[in-house]
Amino acid sequence: MNNTANLLLLLVVMLNFFILGSSRLGSNIRTIAIQGGMLSLLPVLAHGFSNHTVFLAVAAFLLKGIAIPYLLFRAVRQVHIGREIQPLFGYVPTLILGTLATAASFIFSDRLPLVAEHNLSLFVPVGLATLATGFLLLITRRKAINQVIGYLIFENGIFIFGMLLTEAMPLMVESGVLLDLLVAVFIMVIVMHQIKREFSTINIDQLTSLKE
Amino acid sequence: MENNLITLLLIIPFGGVLLALSLPSNRFRPWLLPIFGILHLALTFLIIQAGPLSAANGWLGVDALSRLILLIISLLFCGCSFYALGYLRYRLSWGNRVFVSCLLLFLFAMSLATISRHLGVLWVAVETTTLASAPLIYFNRNRLSIEATWKYLLLSSVGIALAMLGILFIAYAGLTEGGHVSLQFDDILQSAATFSRPWLKAGFVFLLVGFGTKVGFAPLHTWKPDAYGEAPGVVGALLAGGLTSVAFLGLLRTLQIMDAASEAVLAREAFLAMGLVSMAFAAVFVVRQPDFKRMLAYSSVEHMGIIAIGISMGGIATYGAMLHLMNNAMTKGVLFLSAANIHRRFGSKRMDEVRGAITLVPFSSILFLLGFIAITGSPPFAPFVSEFTILQGVFSGGHYVTGGLFLFFLAVIFIGMGTTVLSVVFGTPSENAGDKDYRETFATTGMPLLMLVIIFVLGVYLPDSVRQIFVDAAALLEVRA
Amino acid sequence: MKTTLLQLFLHLLLLFSLSPLLAGVIGKTKALFAGRIGPPFLQLYFDIWKLISKRLVLSRTTTWIFRVGPVTGLVVPVLAALLIPFGAIGAPISFNGDLIFFVYLFGLSRFFIASSALDTGSAFEGMGAVREVTYSCLAEPTILLSFIVLARLSGSLSLDAMFGQTLAASWHTAAPSLLLILACMFLVTLVENCRIPFDDPNTHLELTMIHEVMVLDHSGPDFGMILYGAAMKLFVLGALVVGLLVPDTTGNMALDILLFTVCMLVLAVLVGVVESTIARLRLIRIPQLLVGGMLLSFFSLILLLR
Repeated sequence: MNNTANLLLLLVVMLNFFILGSSRLGSNIRTIAIQGGMLSLLPVLAHGFSNHTVFLAVAAFLLKGIAIPYLLFRAVRQVHIGREIQPLFGYVPTLILGTLATAASFIFSDRLPLVAEHNLSLFVPVGLATLATGFLLLITRRKAINQVIGYLIFENGIFIFGMLLTEAMPLMVESGVLLDLLVAVFIMVIVMHQIKREFSTINIDQLTSLKE
Repeated sequence: MENNLITLLLIIPFGGVLLALSLPSNRFRPWLLPIFGILHLALTFLIIQAGPLSAANGWLGVDALSRLILLIISLLFCGCSFYALGYLRYRLSWGNRVFVSCLLLFLFAMSLATISRHLGVLWVAVETTTLASAPLIYFNRNRLSIEATWKYLLLSSVGIALAMLGILFIAYAGLTEGGHVSLQFDDILQSAATFSRPWLKAGFVFLLVGFGTKVGFAPLHTWKPDAYGEAPGVVGALLAGGLTSVAFLGLLRTLQIMDAASEAVLAREAFLAMGLVSMAFAAVFVVRQPDFKRMLAYSSVEHMGIIAIGISMGGIATYGAMLHLMNNAMTKGVLFLSAANIHRRFGSKRMDEVRGAITLVPFSSILFLLGFIAITGSPPFAPFVSEFTILQGVFSGGHYVTGGLFLFFLAVIFIGMGTTVLSVVFGTPSENAGDKDYRETFATTGMPLLMLVIIFVLGVYLPDSVRQIFVDAAALLEVRA
Repeated sequence: MKTTLLQLFLHLLLLFSLSPLLAGVIGKTKALFAGRIGPPFLQLYFDIWKLISKRLVLSRTTTWIFRVGPVTGLVVPVLAALLIPFGAIGAPISFNGDLIFFVYLFGLSRFFIASSALDTGSAFEGMGAVREVTYSCLAEPTILLSFIVLARLSGSLSLDAMFGQTLAASWHTAAPSLLLILACMFLVTLVENCRIPFDDPNTHLELTMIHEVMVLDHSGPDFGMILYGAAMKLFVLGALVVGLLVPDTTGNMALDILLFTVCMLVLAVLVGVVESTIARLRLIRIPQLLVGGMLLSFFSLILLLR
């Protein structure tokens, strides 16, 4: 059981790399959808079948796998966002940084005092690596939509880490967290529309009027 | 009956949201704000009377800190709701369904945050405040406000996501010791002493950064000047007084956990560092600040720093900090609301275009001036009392360097703000300035005046019953040896 | 001693006889995808035969270096092949640290082929040489890192042992690392042999060619040697991929050889499928993918070491 989860988590890391190196917006959003879909299997894989895990899995799948990618794709279509991503600096440096961060999180999480049963599982390192990837995307990408993608990856990292603690997170809270995420993306998409309307681009380079 | 109070506190604002969404008339909808504001305030008084409460299996509950924060947001919201009535009448053509609903949702989320006794619920509530306030900041619908909204939304969301990570770390700290995992606040407080230190400390750092972003500690404050500057004044007041208090509650909860785990020293040092850095940043940016609403934002950064320093000192300074939470919120209310009036009259918030406001909007200008005098800690207003109490705590604790820096920053900020404020209020208005059709009415000056009266009264006379609220709140933050 | 001689014989027999067939299988697969009949499986054998019986034309500007390129291009893959096992047939030559020798052998042949391309003094060939060297130097860390992972897993520094008995057991303990390494090795096989998505072996547009443009001036037997050497290079690197993926042996020599041969042919089909379904990358994107592969192998090393 845990092996399957580990394999899935490795795939998540691969998707992280892919998204760091990929230059196409569409494939980025698809990657987000795939990653979200894969993550939604984790509750069941990590804790077996129960009402709680199944609900969480279904909710996460609907949100991370379907609803949010749909919102983003719709935004791309309606706002006419170009396909290229235009990172702040090249893909290769970002990719290298991402790998270093991933390696660091693997090494770092080895030194953390984990519960014995978590020692071999990849939840902690992959969670941290995904967080780092999201953070990297947030600071290196210039288009508003890519920042949203970075934020989503960031959230995915937290979701992975949270899998270790599903007992502590009652269903109500968990669904609240997911709902908040959905609403956040929804509002971000709306704001993106407005940015496009006002600036006729969604490069946040343009958002520089407010400064000292 | 008593537990119903808590339920009502949530149901009432939420019902308001639904009502605001369903009411068709832009003219009558704003009336929902004062109605629900007063209901909320009345409920808050009942809750404060009732003493400690608990509901929903201990997920929700009211302790001394909740009472204080609840009182702050309720008073502020009530005041702002009357102001909003006048403001929205002025902006009738823009439509206000989203604005009113979001304001009420904001109130709902803030109330939920204050009474949550479960870290997960607290997180959801604080995140909801971000989401509810983002559309509020964008009410002016121009380039600048969209930019501010985007920065606010993204920074706050990422910050609060970090807080989530911190919460998970703290839960994990409990797990490593083989304990039952629970994010219920009381459970955590009980078993915190056995928590695994590395995870607990890491969790603390993430919570500090996460909620610190919402509070607006420097250097995490970058969204603040933009958001406060571009949001309508009433929203600015609610963000600067209400939201920061709620976010601070998150930090205080964290502090309580650290206290229970006997890691108070580390936590307090971190608070002190955050506080001093915030004051320093504010001092640097407030000087020669040409935009008087952004200036208020930096003042907010400064005061969050002051409160953090007060809390880090413990003892009487903590009491001062609690007092200052209230005073800061009310004074920020006065400042933002009166600044908004000036802004509207002149159609600008830049110092070089706004001069001699006193001739055009005399009441607002005087309120603005008095608000400035209050916020910089001059007697007879209440912030003087609280800042003095904090300073007393700092010096009696022997922290002379901190005290010296504290005084130095206060002086710099006083001079910095003073230049801007005096130039805005006095001076000679330029020829074509102030031709906007806004005229002062009681609706838009009454509420800042009332808030000014509150901080004046609190400054000269603090009734024992009110004083007890602050004392109780501060007592929760004392280190139990 | 006897088994070693037999091994050597079988080894070289497989290498010499089968390697041009791979190219034929790839060509057939691509033709199948395109709906053509395509050249016969043995086309490359015919080509090489034809070229060897042709006359050699040499440009007057070239020196002896121009003639050395094809020779190293032929000799190096043979030498390299001796260092690695083909399925159950162990490597005829094996010593501690031969993995570095293996990597540098290819470096040597690359040096001479690039030099012979530069020797012609033609701008096109110079450009090809530049590209070839650039991409190879990005691919080299990948293969070295992959070898390090395998060395770590087997506890040995010789290729024979690295791809030997311990590998099957390692698949149970370190499957994730090995999977990543497998992907990297496949990537290296593609780039080192100038296949799509890195280079199109069929292109005739000099501006976009990499490998083909380097050998424009070679003719007759020299060109034959280059073609044969290239086929063997594909075979050698492919053998590494197959060895990595199918470390199990049946114990019966004949069956093992058959298994290995079938696997190699399947690999060729796979390369054909890749070439038929993926477009060639833009030149500026190639380094990105190569760095990606390098980072992947680095990551698999971290995964193993943690």
